[in-house]
Amino acid sequence: MSVAFPPSDPAVPRSLVPMSVLDRLTPLHVALTAEGRISGLGLTLRRLIGGDAAAAGSIAGLPFDTGFTLRRPADLALLALGGPVELTLRDDPRHPMRGLALPLPGGALFLALAFVDLPAAVRDLDLTEADFGPTDHTVDLLWLIEANAAVSGELRSLNRRLQGAQAMAQEQALTDPLTGLRNRRALEGALADHCAGAEGFALLQLDLDRFKQVNDTLGHAAGDHVLIEVARVLTQETRAGDTLARLGGDEFVVLLSGMADATRAMQVADRITRRLSRPIPFEGQACRIGASGGLILAPARAFPAPEAILRQADAALYAAKRAGRGRTVAQDWQA
Amino acid sequence: MSGFGKRGRAVHGLILRAIQCFLRDIWGAAFWQAVADDLRLPAQGFEAMLTYDPALGPAVLDRAAARLNRSRDSLLEDMGTYLVSHPRRDGVRRLLRFGGAGFADFLHSLDHLPGRVRLAVPDLALPSLRVQALAPDSFRLTVGTPGDGLAAPVLAAPVLAVPVTMVLVGLIRAMADDHGALVLIEAEGDTSLRIDVLDGQHASARDFRLAAPA
Repeated sequence: MSVAFPPSDPAVPRSLVPMSVLDRLTPLHVALTAEGRISGLGLTLRRLIGGDAAAAGSIAGLPFDTGFTLRRPADLALLALGGPVELTLRDDPRHPMRGLALPLPGGALFLALAFVDLPAAVRDLDLTEADFGPTDHTVDLLWLIEANAAVSGELRSLNRRLQGAQAMAQEQALTDPLTGLRNRRALEGALADHCAGAEGFALLQLDLDRFKQVNDTLGHAAGDHVLIEVARVLTQETRAGDTLARLGGDEFVVLLSGMADATRAMQVADRITRRLSRPIPFEGQACRIGASGGLILAPARAFPAPEAILRQADAALYAAKRAGRGRTVAQDWQA
Repeated sequence: MSGFGKRGRAVHGLILRAIQCFLRDIWGAAFWQAVADDLRLPAQGFEAMLTYDPALGPAVLDRAAARLNRSRDSLLEDMGTYLVSHPRRDGVRRLLRFGGAGFADFLHSLDHLPGRVRLAVPDLALPSLRVQALAPDSFRLTVGTPGDGLAAPVLAAPVLAVPVTMVLVGLIRAMADDHGALVLIEAEGDTSLRIDVLDGQHASARDFRLAAPA
């Protein structure tokens, strides 16, 4: 069997391409008679429809819709005019094919097809290299899809590692390495956020009393131990969402988020100063410190300036120290 | 280390990463760590998508060879085998199996390998590879230098900086196994290999389907 192709130049004699060559060159083709019956199938379609050569042979001469469902154009009459075509296998409509319908002399038709979703078709229909034409770039395309997936996988994991490193660097930049509390920079950020929000909050500024004596008489290891213990007390006496910062030396700030009640804020401050008035044991010695606090309550919708809050807390702390240390002095926010 | 890239004298991280994975997967994480410590490499090792000082590849290989009391060549050959046959590197095996249905098809596909690799990783310039059939079952593979050959020279591309011929010996032998072929491979100098297929169907080929495994 052979199919005659109309030459573009009438002066050139018609060339005949044996069907066996077309079977190999375009493994996804359908040849139709003028009556719309199947007269030939590419190797791959033969395998997909028939399963074996005998069954494929038996499909020859059967109507087009025995093997295929046409999606575009609407019917065979339109298809016979030639042009873009889209269809599926009748018995396995998962994988649409699209291509071109080429009218042949005498009303016959040649459909050259390709799968729309190639990787899915290759996977589900178990296609091999032999299912594609020799000059077809399908296998190269599949190679590239797989190689690109490997490359983008590497890029993704690099990005993940960089992201992790960045998060860690950021965390380190905001943390006081000795106590694990936030540092001054982190406090400035948190305070700015609180001041910009409508919610009220309380700020407690704490100075340790007699910390210098501990350092001088028992050494820096004792001093460090005391600072770590203070951090532990602050953590235990506040809620998870509060901001605890060490500003350096023996200065601490506690930011109580959403705290609108002066009595409750004062209770937190008192619990902290009371606990810090107890001796802290260190290697058989007792480190006797204490803490003085200045407490400012910023009411809701006050939108205070951060520097003003810190200044007023400092003034309250000074008052606490003058009043004999070991206590917290609370002052109202002065707009 | 991006400065090496700008001068066009950097080695692609993929190469160094492959060496790192090879040493780690075959001799263990502690062995890799010891090599990395000897050379004061960054703690996390090499990143596949960055570029590095080209001296690092030979330095890592020589350090590992010294610790193992092996020659660099035999280490490189093992690395070629590792790239194809280690369970963790199945992606490489699959990409090479795309070369064709049989072992001879695979050998001929090596001609196009540097070009194909460039499609996926444009800045990874492999040396040109030329396969000649001397007889139906006898082939010669000639290894060029990165960026030479028929493809347009890739200026300022990171160079390989690792001798590749011995890697190919191990890699081709492992691919022959994969195709079920029994072969004899011999290095002819630094840039040429002779491959004799003794039995093309010595064993059954390992399974390969075009569709990527889920």
